[in-house]
Amino acid sequence: MGRLDPLFERTRGEGRGALIGYLPAGFPTVDGSVDLLKGMVDAGCDLVEVGVPYSDPVMDGPVIQAAAETALKNGFRLRDLFTVVEAVSAAGGQAVVMTYWNPVHRYGVDAFSRDLAAAGGLGLITPDLIPDEGADWIAASRAHDLDRIFLVAPSSSEERIALTTAASSGFVYATAVMGVTGARDAVGGAAAGLVERTRAHTSLPIGVGLGVRSGAQAAEVASFADAVIVGSAFVTRGTDAGVAGVRALAGELAEGVRSTPAPIG
Amino acid sequence: MSEQQAVDPRQDPHAQGRHDPDTKGHFGPYGGRFMPEALIGALDELSAEYDKARLDPEFTAEFTRLLRDYAGRPSLLTEAPRFAEHAGGARVFLKREDLNHTGSHKINNVLGQALLTKRMGKKRVIAETGAGQHGVATATACALMGLECVVYMGEVDTQRQALNVARMKLLGAEVIPVKSGSRTLKDAINEALRDWVTNVDTTHYLLGTAAGGHPFPVMVRNFHKVIGFEARAQFLAQTGRLPDVVTACVGGGSNAIGIFHGFIDDADVRLVGIEPGGKGIDTGEHGATLSEGTPGMLHGARSYLLQDEDGQTIEAYSISAGLDYPGVGPEHAWLKDTARAEYRSATDDEAMAAFQLLSRTEGIIPAIESSHALAGAIKLGKELGPEGHILVNLSGRGDKDMDTAAKYFGFYEES
Ligand SMILES: Cc1ncc(COP(=O)(O)O)c(C=O)c1O
Repeated sequence: MGRLDPLFERTRGEGRGALIGYLPAGFPTVDGSVDLLKGMVDAGCDLVEVGVPYSDPVMDGPVIQAAAETALKNGFRLRDLFTVVEAVSAAGGQAVVMTYWNPVHRYGVDAFSRDLAAAGGLGLITPDLIPDEGADWIAASRAHDLDRIFLVAPSSSEERIALTTAASSGFVYATAVMGVTGARDAVGGAAAGLVERTRAHTSLPIGVGLGVRSGAQAAEVASFADAVIVGSAFVTRGTDAGVAGVRALAGELAEGVRSTPAPIG
Repeated sequence: MSEQQAVDPRQDPHAQGRHDPDTKGHFGPYGGRFMPEALIGALDELSAEYDKARLDPEFTAEFTRLLRDYAGRPSLLTEAPRFAEHAGGARVFLKREDLNHTGSHKINNVLGQALLTKRMGKKRVIAETGAGQHGVATATACALMGLECVVYMGEVDTQRQALNVARMKLLGAEVIPVKSGSRTLKDAINEALRDWVTNVDTTHYLLGTAAGGHPFPVMVRNFHKVIGFEARAQFLAQTGRLPDVVTACVGGGSNAIGIFHGFIDDADVRLVGIEPGGKGIDTGEHGATLSEGTPGMLHGARSYLLQDEDGQTIEAYSISAGLDYPGVGPEHAWLKDTARAEYRSATDDEAMAAFQLLSRTEGIIPAIESSHALAGAIKLGKELGPEGHILVNLSGRGDKDMDTAAKYFGFYEES
């Protein structure tokens, strides 16, 4: 049983996609990120992805790079991540963590998993860890009952999709476009095809991320995926308009994921 | 496999042998692929193409021809007796990679990867560069082979290596100054990876050092093994013996791994890598990754890394742009842990003293990167004494460094 299974049972039962919002912990400050994340949960995010600010975010575009830099400049330490996750969970939210692998490796994979689970976190999204290199994480996630969300990409072969989905739990993260994070006008035709290819290998829910920023796009993605993942757009709104900004966006997106029936996975 | 074992690895740098990583690119606990899934397909494609090419006599012949007729190999082995007087009287020999076309060892790897790019049918090449030598070599090979070329270079480095920026532009490359992070080599690699993940269908990332996700470390090493193979034969021919020590500077580790592999099975030959000690190890401003770092992942492989308690990369510092990097290739991590190689550092001041010394005693102006190896050789010579025989990889020439040197030595104030 994945930790996120009940969440997706619920959203599937409601015939809609889940809304997943991303924000880096510590952005703009530790307390500030807690307020933003709570606002996102309150206004309609079914799940939040708490990002770990990292010095070398090779998968991120300018918006998330700048947010990570701000968080680090403002003194973010890895232990603050657990504070943020704990606060979100205490406020009734559900949280997974999205992190580049080196901070976890440095902290100790088992210790990190233990502390994340203790803080109420439900799993990890690992953009630069492939299952092939993930033996210690797979063991630690089992020991501490955390979900393992690996990524598939439009460039993934059938063989790799099979391997990646077999190693995943909770949901599978499908990167909609070949590229880095950042809001885009069009989510890209590759996304639907990738979701379809991935479904052939797994009954796990599939979340689509990279590029979504509007309610209309969320509706479009929710028509073929189980979850819509939104990152850069939340960071931008948070920067420009604080809690009110992220609440407004979460509200719009939450309406989006409800306006089109989700496919039966 | 018996067919492959029949190849003498001394003759054939691409023969598979016991110093190769496992099939997933691991050198002991190092290497591998800590990369986004989106790039795994491209790494698989590159591995498959390289594995075919390394056993294909036509590929080897074409590569060898380019090294000879275009890059000017073999490069010379030059004894440096007047320099050696300052190195404890040991005999010092320089492997003259500075005499290669484009002025450094970088051209070896670039020609190999450019040939692979064509075999894969890709038309666009991206590269990172620190000192600009890899960028210039890449722009050169792209001009030669009709490939589009984009080079990412930290903004700090575009300033300290302005001459090389001009060379790249003249050769038809687009140079993109990178303004994120420390604005040096590490950030140029980040930006190149972002480009690659976006354009991977059409683009080859021509990585310039023996680091990154598999197959880059083993492939780049093999393209540079020619340095060590030539040097071993030349050393034997000139002295009738092998050196006591082979030394090279270590940024990402490509020139060092190339020359080390000529001697890796010669158990009596010490292999000593010299890292940038910057303003001194205790100042914290250095790039001595193997000497001072801890294991971690950066840019696709597990290796040593300069990082803080939280796993955030610590910015490196060196007067030399080509060594100013907080990571290092994974095979060096393995050679360190198994004690087959030793790693030390030389400070900016020691390197600049060696830079000036070689210029004034031998009439050879080395790259500041290579000057770190020369500074290492001065100390090694003093340790070994007059009986010692030292081989130094002179990885590049110093023309690109004239502005840095003129400032360092105060030439502009004198005139
Ligand atoms: C002349 C020269 N030597 C050495 C280096 C360092 O690279 P590596 O450690 O990969 O040989 C550079 C890099 O730019 C260089 O230009």
